[in-house]
Amino acid sequence: MPINETFAPARPNIDQIRDWLRAVTDPEIPVVSIVDLGIVRDVAWSEDNNSCVVTITPTYSGCPATAVIQSRIRDELEEHGIARVELRVQLSPAWTTDWLSPQGRESLRAFGIAPPAGRASGQFTTILAEIASGAPQATPPCPHCGSTHTTPISQFGSTLCKALYRCQDCLEPFDYFKCH
Amino acid sequence: MLTPSIQFAYLTRFGDTALILSQRLAEMCGKGPALEEDMALANTALDLLGQARLWLTYAGEIEAAGRDEDALAYLRGDREFHNLLLVEQPSSSYAHVLMRQFYFDVWHNLALARLESSTDPRIAEIAAKSRKETAYHLRRSSDLIVRLGDGTAESRARMASAADSLWPYTGEFFTADFVDSTMAEAGMAFDPHALRDDWLRFVRQVFEAATLHMPPLDAWMHKGGKQGLHTEHLSYLLAEMQVLHREHPGAAW
Repeated sequence: MPINETFAPARPNIDQIRDWLRAVTDPEIPVVSIVDLGIVRDVAWSEDNNSCVVTITPTYSGCPATAVIQSRIRDELEEHGIARVELRVQLSPAWTTDWLSPQGRESLRAFGIAPPAGRASGQFTTILAEIASGAPQATPPCPHCGSTHTTPISQFGSTLCKALYRCQDCLEPFDYFKCH
Repeated sequence: MLTPSIQFAYLTRFGDTALILSQRLAEMCGKGPALEEDMALANTALDLLGQARLWLTYAGEIEAAGRDEDALAYLRGDREFHNLLLVEQPSSSYAHVLMRQFYFDVWHNLALARLESSTDPRIAEIAAKSRKETAYHLRRSSDLIVRLGDGTAESRARMASAADSLWPYTGEFFTADFVDSTMAEAGMAFDPHALRDDWLRFVRQVFEAATLHMPPLDAWMHKGGKQGLHTEHLSYLLAEMQVLHREHPGAAW
């Protein structure tokens, strides 16, 4: 048996590592993992030095949670015996809520945050048409009662990624995870 | 000829413009006319701060003189800032805050859209990332221009006054100098003048919905911000923004 196979430390496989990363959450949305949010873009073993390379992308460029998420990734993988973690930050393609997993959307809803309604878009013509029609950008279903009879209260909410809405049927206000 | 110092100058124009407007909006934190507006101002400021960090970090790398984003933000004087004059104008009234934002947001979206096809992949990716955020800003500022312009007699008069007084600072969006043209020739940037028609068309449509008159197209325009020649307001803004870092070099959380 070749020596390097006998003595090389066991490297956990990539799927296993991805699974471990599901324990890492965004500190501002503690119920959704960074994998389900689409922040983790790639996980790989580097060929040369046995470090685990985790490629992540920021949600919003000013999101203050980014630094916390990075240190949580290191801590989590260290707990599983991966001492050398290399974090790469990738801007392109830009993060979009279209990458939220079905599991992530369901977790948001169960937590009381309405998941993004529809696909992301930011075209000039879209904005103009919306202003002309006076229609609000989206009417997400209420995460509490499911009614689609909802109105925006504020275009910005407690974090960069959320807006504030109110349900006209159960009258509860709720956070809406903006389409981005 | 394209040189690192031209690239550096160009990158600081975008970085400084985002940084200075972010600071202007952050000054309003806790002073918004309504809770929703207060949150909007702070969130917009945060988006712009994140964008400023991306631009200034890259500018520091291109300059290769050991300056990082903090050194560029906190340790330069007013003549070394290359932001547009519009964004350093004071928040004299809430109408001014909104009109400054609206004029800027329209231009910012158009400019970033052009930069998305820059031959410099780093510029292209920062632009693409930023534009998603600024599209949301534009939606809000356009909406408020319409609601307050087409609002009460008082709100309309205030919006009309702000539209006129900030208008002379919009000419700088569209005037090219050696830095702009060299970057455009290298395929890294665009001809500023080429954005003017689209900008005017968008502003006109929103103003029509807001029952506001377009200020005269041939009005005299200020210039100089992109070259480091600023209105007096910038020095006061910098004094407040930089004092902590200058008094306590290297201070960190």
